Amino acid sequence: MSLLLKGNTGDWEMVIGLEVHAQVISQAKLFSGAATAFGAEPNTQVSLVDAAMPGMLPVINEIAVEQAVRTGLGLKAQINLVSVFDRKNYFYADLPQGYQISQFSQPIVGEGTIILDLAGGESREVGITRIHLEQDAGKSLHDQHPSNTYIDLNRSGVTLMEIVSEPDMRSSEEAGAYLRKLRSIMRYLGTCDGNMEQGSLRCDANISVRHPGDELGTRCEIKNVNSIRFVQQAIEYEARRQIELIEEGGVVDQETRLFDSGNGTTRTMRSKEEAHDYRYFPDPDLLPLEITQDFVEGIRASLPELPDAKKDRFMADYGLAVEDAGLLAAERVTADFYEEVAKGRDPKLACNWVTGELFGVLNKSGKSIEESPVSAATLGGLIDLINDGTLSGRLAKDVFEAMVESGKEAAVVVEEKGLKQVSDASAIEAEVDKVLQDNGDKVAEYKAGKDKLFGFFVGQVMKATCGKANPGVVNEVLKKKLGG
Amino acid sequence: MPLDKATVARIATLARIRVPEGELEGLAAEMEKIIGWVEQLDEVNTDEVPPMASVVDVDLPWRADKVSDGDCRDKVLANAPDKAEGFFAVPKVIE
Repeated sequence: MSLLLKGNTGDWEMVIGLEVHAQVISQAKLFSGAATAFGAEPNTQVSLVDAAMPGMLPVINEIAVEQAVRTGLGLKAQINLVSVFDRKNYFYADLPQGYQISQFSQPIVGEGTIILDLAGGESREVGITRIHLEQDAGKSLHDQHPSNTYIDLNRSGVTLMEIVSEPDMRSSEEAGAYLRKLRSIMRYLGTCDGNMEQGSLRCDANISVRHPGDELGTRCEIKNVNSIRFVQQAIEYEARRQIELIEEGGVVDQETRLFDSGNGTTRTMRSKEEAHDYRYFPDPDLLPLEITQDFVEGIRASLPELPDAKKDRFMADYGLAVEDAGLLAAERVTADFYEEVAKGRDPKLACNWVTGELFGVLNKSGKSIEESPVSAATLGGLIDLINDGTLSGRLAKDVFEAMVESGKEAAVVVEEKGLKQVSDASAIEAEVDKVLQDNGDKVAEYKAGKDKLFGFFVGQVMKATCGKANPGVVNEVLKKKLGG
Repeated sequence: MPLDKATVARIATLARIRVPEGELEGLAAEMEKIIGWVEQLDEVNTDEVPPMASVVDVDLPWRADKVSDGDCRDKVLANAPDKAEGFFAVPKVIE
């Protein structure tokens, strides 16, 4: 897929790399026993370690190590049996230590890969450079007081995985696909809940532009964008800004920029040259983190089937199209729901009902599949009624609507509304006769060669029976009567 | 390693220590001596010697993922120069 941008001096190519900060699912923090739950009263989930009181020492949480390894395995990455924690030095009001404990030269996870699912069923591989463990900072509230900033340290010390991609993406769509896939994999693994609104998944985007085939251009980093849509918007805007700047004879400065979701633009965040002088050095409070191959293999053995494997299996076992398989496999709950519906039934019909009618209803009402008004078992029951001839496809849609509203079983709705399909040939014959009698002129036209009118007759019969006639039987009867 | 005034001023800025202009020269000389003393280590050939993380042979201790700490806001905020509504209150940080 070619995704070049047109400029005045020719075509331009975007080069995008993403740094994702993913909050690890855990009870306690990376180096302290304080809780991590979202939304607590300010500073109530802070230990003296997180507040950086003198003499407090960090002790690593085993779950942080496990989750990082699990994520690395999910991304088919190199797991480093020895990794080292370093101090990244900078001053900010929400960083009480004056440094962040992070991993610099020896991260716990090395190179891996991720497969992007793109439009039209295409896919593309993007390299993962590394994953390292680090502490989150506290939260600053700038708008609570005219002259003060308020600091809440509840988030201070919570475990983050920083997942760094190679600069392999070439469009905002690919960046979006990367984030969706990464989030999907981490949700399958149970290592990060992927909630961007609550800040458990945050993205920094590195963007540069070049003429295809040229050396890499100077990049800008856009910080802390909190939705996939905004990441894509920020990238689009930033690429255009850089192209215009260069084409007007300007030079792109390597800098950190902020995205303004209000107007869809980016602006310089800080120009302090010393802001980037982090003076990393190994944290003397922490020995190197050593894990064994057995530890890694134990985690590998517990990995669930991941979205790529599930998608392939849905295509192979159920004969689903690539896009449907990808859609169903993207979230574990959706995949499980689909498999329950498909069990012992026509898998393609099950797919059509889940991705068509059900997703339609969920999208319209803004509900997740966990909140679905129709359970997998009930939807399966509806499909059974289609298969045994009780319901036509059209009637089934009416029944489904009633099921969504009432939450009742398909069979109950059919009984209550008297929606049962009429397949009895003699009853249908009577209706057909009536339609043919009432439309004598059309019958004559049809017999004179206007074949298209067949559909008209079918429609009239269906209308006369309020959609309850079995369309297959109607077709047969009509053919017999008109052909004779 | 020779150390000039500008480098000392930069280190002071990074460490958020205000150093009057008049003291830079003296500090440069002092720091040069300290670094010079440490630089004696360069005389030892450390090729292929792994970095020593600790003088005692122990492993990094691990902790179970259990909530065992926190919920001590009064203690956490006790030394804060200013606080409000359970937050630390600091001079406005402008981005």
